[in-house]
Amino acid sequence: MRRRRSLYAMALPAVILIIAFVFIPLVSGIRISLTDWNGFSQSSSFVGLRNYINLFQDQRILNSIKNTFYVGIGDTILQCVFGLLYALILNHKFRGRSAIRAIIYLTVMVSSLIMGYIWYFIVQYDNGALNDILAFFGLDPVDWLGNGKRAVNFILCINSMQFVGQAMVIYLAGLQGIPREMYEAPMIDGATPVQTFFRITLPLLKPAIITNITLKLIGGLQMYDLVVALTGGGPGFSSHTISTMINYLYFDSQNAGYSASLGVVLFIMIMSATIIVNKVIRRNEE
Amino acid sequence: MKKAVKRARIAISVLIAAFHFAPIYILIMVSLKRANDFSSRWLPPAYLDLSNYMEVLIDGSLLRAFGNTIIITLSASVLVLLLGGICAYPVARIRGRLSTIITNIVLAVMMIPSLSVIVPLYTQMLSLGAINTYWGIILVLTAYNLPMSVFLFSNFIRNIPEELDEAAALDGCRDTRIFFSVIMPQLQPVVASVLILTGVKIWNDYKYALYFLQDNHKETITLYISKFFSDFSVDMNQAAAAAFLAIIPVCAVFLFLQKYFITGLSEGSVK
Repeated sequence: MRRRRSLYAMALPAVILIIAFVFIPLVSGIRISLTDWNGFSQSSSFVGLRNYINLFQDQRILNSIKNTFYVGIGDTILQCVFGLLYALILNHKFRGRSAIRAIIYLTVMVSSLIMGYIWYFIVQYDNGALNDILAFFGLDPVDWLGNGKRAVNFILCINSMQFVGQAMVIYLAGLQGIPREMYEAPMIDGATPVQTFFRITLPLLKPAIITNITLKLIGGLQMYDLVVALTGGGPGFSSHTISTMINYLYFDSQNAGYSASLGVVLFIMIMSATIIVNKVIRRNEE
Repeated sequence: MKKAVKRARIAISVLIAAFHFAPIYILIMVSLKRANDFSSRWLPPAYLDLSNYMEVLIDGSLLRAFGNTIIITLSASVLVLLLGGICAYPVARIRGRLSTIITNIVLAVMMIPSLSVIVPLYTQMLSLGAINTYWGIILVLTAYNLPMSVFLFSNFIRNIPEELDEAAALDGCRDTRIFFSVIMPQLQPVVASVLILTGVKIWNDYKYALYFLQDNHKETITLYISKFFSDFSVDMNQAAAAAFLAIIPVCAVFLFLQKYFITGLSEGSVK
């Protein structure tokens, strides 16, 4: 018993830090979300659930929630599928294979914010690299980010393109964990490569798939840096995500109480999304 | 037939790599061009002019931003590794209620989006006098990256046979001694994955720096770059040079330590 107590003491520094900087803010966030505090004044009054009721009548907020889910789910699907395709291609030995893997992974290291600014040079209307390609084929230039829907799609694709390397590496590790013998029997039976893939490879990759879905879902639902760099939420409010909207409400419209209530909603959404995904996966395992 | 398949595979791989490298290629091309050069960004300049890079380096704020980012990343990563490691040990070794509670807290915190608590966190940091201080942002970054570290370390420690600790305990070692002399030396592979998953995130942090480091002298590399690009009077070719310089350190670290990255990431994530 004494050993137990001294052992738990080792967890204290980490637990104290997490309580101080994560849990206390989380609780006071719920308190702030029930007030009309503007973020700096000494006084604020209790407004009950008014902020939460307003959230679901505010078109800007509803649109940012829609964008967040669109990007979160789209991002997960794109990266899980392309990551697997890349891993399957690069699991075969050939010269230069590790260089190619390294190039695909390289962008994972770059900050999303900087990646967003890099893309500015590609999607810019005048002299942008994408419009250059159009001009080469004699087509008219396009204002790529001028339309909210297209801007959101760009955000989704750029993010997936940047981070697909991480999914690929996790799949590659999973593929290497599959023993060669697993493929011998179906080969003798004359199974086609497609059959082997769906009957042997895919089921055995399950741990890697679960890791990727969880990582990508959490990452995609938190989308912030790329939006700031690429569109700033525009045109209008059309490409805002929940995270950029929280920042906007707090800093630009000085509505801390309202912003805090959106924070609570974001937290609840990510929590429940992850719990649901884990439940579904666990059920399939049984 | 087999040879044709192999060739096709190599060709496709090269195309994929080229596709993923294209944005960085464009960045380099823009950074090498003069402001009055409106030629296609796909084409290299006909001259060699490094003045964009010179201007950015001479100004000095890029180097200062690098310095700040290095201080913050090193301190926060060391804390994440150390505190995460010693917290993971009891979590992995004791099968009790408290241990389960800590594990669940850790998993929950991993999912908390940074922006969802920014309003109360900012208020708290303000009252602690932690705005514009290194220690303030270091503690925040540590707290939010600790869960990943505890999670990976405790998964790994569970696979280290408990007999080792017991033998050391019989020799009269205290728990902390056992951790540092018996467990710690075996953690090398997982240290790599923790550093990859949290260190890169800390280096690239923008959200927390934006709120907690408003003083120019404390700005990190991401803040420096964002100021460059949001100021439209700035020469965009210089901005490109700054952005390229900003990503060189992380890319270089990756290229040199590639092997550890790939094995470290898979050790930590698939098992």
